[in-house]
Amino acid sequence: MNPVLSLRGISKSFPGVKALSEVQLDLYAGQVTALIGENGAGKSTIVKVLTGVYQPDAGNITIDGAEVHFPTAQAASKAGVTAIHQETVLFDELTVAENIWLGHAPRTRFGLIDRRAMRDGALRLLEGIGATLNPDLRLRDLGIASKHLVAIARALSIDARVVIMDEPTAALSYKEIHELYELVEKLKAQGKAILFISHKFDEIFRIADRYTVFRDGQFVGQGDMGDVSENDLVQMMVGRSVDQIFPARHRNIGAPVLTVAGYSHPTEFADIGFTLHRGEILGFYGLVGAGRSEVMQSLFGITKPSKGATRIDDQVRVIRSTSEAIAAGIVYVPEDRGKQGAVKGLPIFQNVTLPSLSRTSRAGFLRLAEEFKLARDYTGRLDLRAASLDQDVGLLSGGNQQKVVIAKWLATQPRVIILDEPTKGIDIGSKAAVHEFMAELAAQGLAVIMVSSEIPEILGMSDRVIVMREGRIVDEVAGDRMTPETLVRAAAGLAVAA
Amino acid sequence: MSLLKSREALLALAILLLIGVVAARFPAFVRPANLANVLNDTSPLIILAIGQMIVILTKCIDLSVAANLALCGMVAALMNGAGVPLPLILMGVVALGAGLGAVNGVLVWKLGIPSIVVTLGTMTIFRGTIFLITDGKWVNAHQMSDGFKALPRTVLLGLPVMSWMAIALIILFTVVLTRTALGRSFYAVGGNPHAAVYAGINVGRTQFSAFVISGALAGLAGYLWVARYAVAYVDIAGGFELDVVAACVIGGVAIAGGAGTVAGAVLGALFLGVIKNALPVVGISPFWQMAISGAAIVLAVTFNATQARAPGRIILKSAEAR
Repeated sequence: MNPVLSLRGISKSFPGVKALSEVQLDLYAGQVTALIGENGAGKSTIVKVLTGVYQPDAGNITIDGAEVHFPTAQAASKAGVTAIHQETVLFDELTVAENIWLGHAPRTRFGLIDRRAMRDGALRLLEGIGATLNPDLRLRDLGIASKHLVAIARALSIDARVVIMDEPTAALSYKEIHELYELVEKLKAQGKAILFISHKFDEIFRIADRYTVFRDGQFVGQGDMGDVSENDLVQMMVGRSVDQIFPARHRNIGAPVLTVAGYSHPTEFADIGFTLHRGEILGFYGLVGAGRSEVMQSLFGITKPSKGATRIDDQVRVIRSTSEAIAAGIVYVPEDRGKQGAVKGLPIFQNVTLPSLSRTSRAGFLRLAEEFKLARDYTGRLDLRAASLDQDVGLLSGGNQQKVVIAKWLATQPRVIILDEPTKGIDIGSKAAVHEFMAELAAQGLAVIMVSSEIPEILGMSDRVIVMREGRIVDEVAGDRMTPETLVRAAAGLAVAA
Repeated sequence: MSLLKSREALLALAILLLIGVVAARFPAFVRPANLANVLNDTSPLIILAIGQMIVILTKCIDLSVAANLALCGMVAALMNGAGVPLPLILMGVVALGAGLGAVNGVLVWKLGIPSIVVTLGTMTIFRGTIFLITDGKWVNAHQMSDGFKALPRTVLLGLPVMSWMAIALIILFTVVLTRTALGRSFYAVGGNPHAAVYAGINVGRTQFSAFVISGALAGLAGYLWVARYAVAYVDIAGGFELDVVAACVIGGVAIAGGAGTVAGAVLGALFLGVIKNALPVVGISPFWQMAISGAAIVLAVTFNATQARAPGRIILKSAEAR
């Protein structure tokens, strides 16, 4: 059988990063091909190449043996390639039918939108995938699973031959996931070629017919699911040469600083318990959506836990707001710097001193000289490159913004620092600086929690690693057990390797 | 920072230019006494613009300031009628204004209702309350005591007390905004509410404080207005909230929050004040006056929008070297 769609020798570079290097991919009619790889393996990039969002630097795409080019997203959808994303891109205020037909709605002979044809067509498409949804409902009244159905109906409305599903089950409940599996079976029966991207081994083995593995932007292998075991796939995913160098650390782990027990939230996580020591770097690993950030935000006072206790130096501390967390010596450097980190429009020094204003003021008045001194001290230690501390923080590069945000937290003189994906989206040079600094903080006796989805970083920096899956701690690894295989298996919900 | 400063310098230049053009034909306009008169005339607008500017900094808007002013002004006149001494009246109106502002603030903070909706509602409620407590009757000059009417007009060191009050408030709030933690938190809350939360700032409470300040200033302006014009009725300062917002916008206060200065808001108010006072002197009809104010708003916003445009991400290596 010949593939419907084939990629050969596809490469794509961004400044400083080679995202894809001569990869290949084949999709067959009526079959589900699972694309497997760690974060940074190039999965999202290949989806963007396939849907016309990125242009490859080299290589070719063929459909039914004929070479095609997708200069725009429209060109890709015209050729019958469509993607259903993790976060469905739909419009909450429009009806189901309007969402399905937006951009290519049927017209009457006067050129107006033919509402009846639109409604009938929507019904037909929804029935085709076994969904009983009223096409006149507004999307915001639907649950997330129903929204997925609408997205799929929309994909079918353009006569797609290739359907890309990018982690479609990441945000679904157990029951909804099973409905989605049935839907995938229906699409297969209709002869669609499906690319299914997922981190979860159970679902890959359940619904995929074929697999393709990428690692670090390179093609590793492909074949039939029947011919591989879980172990083979894990090996293919992680079998890397560690080319990143992490700073040497003098491990000097002291007394417990933060103890968390029975920490639970009604919907996000349950029974979280761990102890963090002075001078320790504790890694938190898990898939996206495993609840790691949610735990950290709760420890920092942003959301309220339903149960559980936190102790700092053996004293029970109840943290109800972020200011109480800061007062208790806990700080949190969020993942989304743009949204949660820096205040653009304020100069660098004011960003740094924002949580420390009580220390830089006297008798209620801020003292600019002390603010500058504080900002200079901490940005200097991080080797911040800026023309002046008076400069608007929004004008800095991502790596330098990250340094300002970290300097801001260090200036509060914390006992516990939580770094959420500290090196996400920054260049390699800045990454090394952040790693080195993290090691230095631990050496100075700070207790560090690092949430990261990058296995080399987790293994290279942590003293211990806690693995979370679906809102619970599933494993804690240290010493010899700290291997990529252990982490990947625990996070994916596989039995511990013998 | 230097950008903001230059924006204010430009506005100051525009005001001087305007005064210069008028003075070229009517030298009397630049006589110190007349300029002092313009300042005094603009004082209520300046006081309200300072409060509004703080509210806008936090990503909110207070449309109820003029109605707050009218209600507090009426209460001041009634208290005076009941024989309450002047210092108590002053404290009373500031407290009442702050209380009305607190109502806005609580609705925004605790219920999360958009401020434009809250203050649109309270604006009507405040006016309606004046009607309820007076049955729509006016309080006229002869019903007010002499001391009550005299305070804003009393001249000290060449300027009336009303002008001195405006000047004192300009200084006070410049210090509050640049030199206190509360002032800094107004900027942080408007500039990036999410980041402010992470920095330990309570966003809702900061917005609440902004509304209380705006209300208290409106309360004080209410007394000044009623005493100066020696009349109080339901509709005083009708539509004045739009002038106040306009002053802020002309003064470079970003309507999306997080950027603006007291100096900018004051200059914006002065710009409107000079136009209002100069155009009748030059003999231009009031209709033109409105069109010119309107054009100034559009120009100011266009200017701010082009200035604030982000330079874009640096993706090209060659661009970074520049």
